[in-house]
Amino acid sequence: MVRTTIVRVFAMALAVVTLLTLVSGPAQAQSWAPRQVQATLKGSGATFPAPLYAAWIDTYKKVVPGVSISYQPVGSGQGIRDFIAYLTDFGGTDAAIAAQRVQTEAPDALHIPMVIGAVVPTYNVPGITELRFNPEILAGIYLGAIRNWNDPRIAAANPNVRLPNLPITVVYRSDSSGTTSIWTDYLSKISTDWRSRVGSGTTVRWPVGVGAPGNAGVASTVKNTRGAIGYVEQVFATANRLPLPPVQNASGNFVAASLEATSAAADGVPIPANLVASITNSPNPNAYPIAGFTYILVRQNTYKDVPKAQALTDFLYWSLTEGTGAATRLGYAPLPASLRVRAIQSLQSITVNGQRVFDGPAR
Amino acid sequence: MADAKAVPRITASSRWARQTRHGDVFFWLLTLFFALVIIGLVVVVGVVTYNGSAEARAAYGWSFLWGTDWNPIETELYPVSFGAWPAIRGTLLSSLIALILAAPTGVAIGIFLSELCPLRLRQPLGFMVELLAAIPSVIYGLWGVAVFANWFNNWVANPIANTAGQFVPWLSGPIAVSRGLAITGTILAIMILPTVSAITRDVLQAVPNHQREAMFSLGATRWEVIWGAVVPYARAGIVGGIMLGLGRALGETMAATMLVGNSTRIEQSIFMPATTAAALIASELPNSVSLIHESSLIALALALFGITLLLNVIARYLVWQTARGPAGEKV
Repeated sequence: MVRTTIVRVFAMALAVVTLLTLVSGPAQAQSWAPRQVQATLKGSGATFPAPLYAAWIDTYKKVVPGVSISYQPVGSGQGIRDFIAYLTDFGGTDAAIAAQRVQTEAPDALHIPMVIGAVVPTYNVPGITELRFNPEILAGIYLGAIRNWNDPRIAAANPNVRLPNLPITVVYRSDSSGTTSIWTDYLSKISTDWRSRVGSGTTVRWPVGVGAPGNAGVASTVKNTRGAIGYVEQVFATANRLPLPPVQNASGNFVAASLEATSAAADGVPIPANLVASITNSPNPNAYPIAGFTYILVRQNTYKDVPKAQALTDFLYWSLTEGTGAATRLGYAPLPASLRVRAIQSLQSITVNGQRVFDGPAR
Repeated sequence: MADAKAVPRITASSRWARQTRHGDVFFWLLTLFFALVIIGLVVVVGVVTYNGSAEARAAYGWSFLWGTDWNPIETELYPVSFGAWPAIRGTLLSSLIALILAAPTGVAIGIFLSELCPLRLRQPLGFMVELLAAIPSVIYGLWGVAVFANWFNNWVANPIANTAGQFVPWLSGPIAVSRGLAITGTILAIMILPTVSAITRDVLQAVPNHQREAMFSLGATRWEVIWGAVVPYARAGIVGGIMLGLGRALGETMAATMLVGNSTRIEQSIFMPATTAAALIASELPNSVSLIHESSLIALALALFGITLLLNVIARYLVWQTARGPAGEKV
C-alpha cells in the first residue's frame, strides 16, 4: 500500500515536472526518469569514491525503491579481481585495468569515468602556508635530491617566502592505492629521472621517506611532523586544515586544487574511445595538474538479466547527471560536459542478448 | 553360592561402569576432534600459503628469503624483483627489541604480583595488567602515532642518536620523524607485557608453598627464595609466557604498519623507517600489482609462518632442556 502510494505520488510529481518542462520548453532532456524495475546490484572496489557512491546509492534508493545496490570499498585491485571473476555486477577502480589484461581476462569490460579526484602535495612548515610548487621541486623532493626547505630550487619558486633551515620529511602511502597511482603517474610525466628509476603504479619502491597507511595516516603524519610533505586526496587536506598549494601546470600557470581546476584537467585532453586516459599534467591552461578519473567497470554484452542491466545503466546515468550536485558537495570534481556525453554513449552501447538496454539522452 | 551371587552384582556394576564409559568415549572423541581441528587448521594455512606462493618460489627459490630488493614496478633501469629480507629483518629486529624490553619487565611484574605485592594491591594491579592485554592493537598504534612518537623522538631517539649514535651506526640519526624499528619494538613491548606478566604471575602462584617454606627454613633471604626455589621451579611456564608474547609481536600488523615507516630500504639505524612482514603483506596484498607480486606476498606469509614455527620449536627445546634438571638451584 505504502509503496503504491509512494509510486503514485512520485508518478504525479513526475507528471507535473514533465508538464512544467514541456511548458518551459528548452530542456526536453529533463523528461528522462529511471525505470522502476526490481533488481539487486553488487559492486566492490576503490575506496576513494566510496563516500560518494554511498551517498548516490542512498538517494537512488528513494528514487527507485525497487533497486537495491551495495558497494564494498575493498580497494581497486580487489574490485578488478571481483569484477573479472563475475563476483560483482560492477567494479570500482581508480586505475584502469591494464590493456593486455582487458584482452585476455575481461574483453567486454567498459570503463565509465564517474568523477575526477585531485591529489595535493600538502606540507607542514611552521608559520608558512603560502608555498607554491613546480614539477622540479616535487620530483626533487620525492627523489631525495632536495632535502631541506631552504633549498635554492624551492626559494626560486617562492621569492616572497622566508624558508627555514629545516630538513624535509617525505611521507607516502604505505598501502597500495589509486592515490599513489595518480601521484606517481604525475611524477613520471614531469621527471625522466623518476620514470626511469621509480615508475608509476599503486605501490612503488620509494627512494626516500616514510610510509603511513591510508589518506588519513598520511594527513596525520604530515600534521604531526615539522618539515613533512605528503600527498593526499584533496578532501583529506581540506578536512585536516592542511595547505592546498598551487602547483605549476603544463602551461606554466600556478593552479591550486579546486573542483573547477580539477574538472578542467579532463577538458581539452584527447581521450581515446575506451575512455581510459591519464589526465595528469593536463595541457589545459586552467587545469590543476595532479588529477585522475575514478571508474566504474561494467560489462558490454555479458549481462544476462534485463532488469539488472536496466537498473545498472539507469543508476549510472542518474549518477552522472543528477548526481553531480552530491559529488561537488562531497568534494569530487564532476566530468566536463563533453566527456560526460561520451560516458553516456558508452552506457548506451550495453546490450543483453543483442538488445540495447539503455537509450537515455546523452546530455 | 556367595560367589555365584557376587558375580551378577559385579556384572551389573561393571555394565553401569561401561555405560558411563560410553560418555567418556564420546567426550574423548569430541576433544580429539577439536584437537585435530587445530592440527587441520595449521595444515590448511600451510597448504594455502604454499600453493599461493608457487609462482614466487618458482621465480626466486630459496634466494627469496635473503633477496634485499623489493620493487613491484618495472622501470627502464630496474626490473621487477621481490626479496623478503627487508621484511624478515624488520620482523625479527622489532620482535627482538620488544622481547628485550618486555621479558625482564614482564617477569619482574609477575614476581612482584605473586611474591612481594601487599595483598591489598594485588587485585587492582593484576586487574590493570589484564586490562592492558584487552586493548586492541589499533589503539596502541593510534596512541603511538599521536602521543608516544613525539615523546619518543624528543626524549629517546634523538638523545641516543646524538650521543651513542655518533659511534654506533645502528643507533645513528638524523631522525626527523619517529617511524622505525625502535619505536615499533617499544610499542610491541607494551603490547606483550601483560601476556608475559600475567602468565608469569599465574605459574609462580602455582609453585607449591613447601618450596618457599623449605628455603626459608634454611635461613634464606627473600631474594634467595625467589631466585633459588620459586622461579626455577616455574621456568618452563615463564619461558612459555615469553614465547606467547613473542608470537604476538611477530604477527602484529596494525600497530606495526602505523609505526614502522613502511620502507623496504634497508637502513642501518633502528631509528630509520623499515617494514615488517605482517605490515608489508597487509599494505600491499589488497591492491597487488601483478600475479608475481601477489604470489611473493603470499610467499612472505609462508616465510613468516615458518619463522613462527621455528621459534616455537626452539622455545620448546629450551623448555625441555631446562626442565630436565631438578627444579631449584644449589645456593
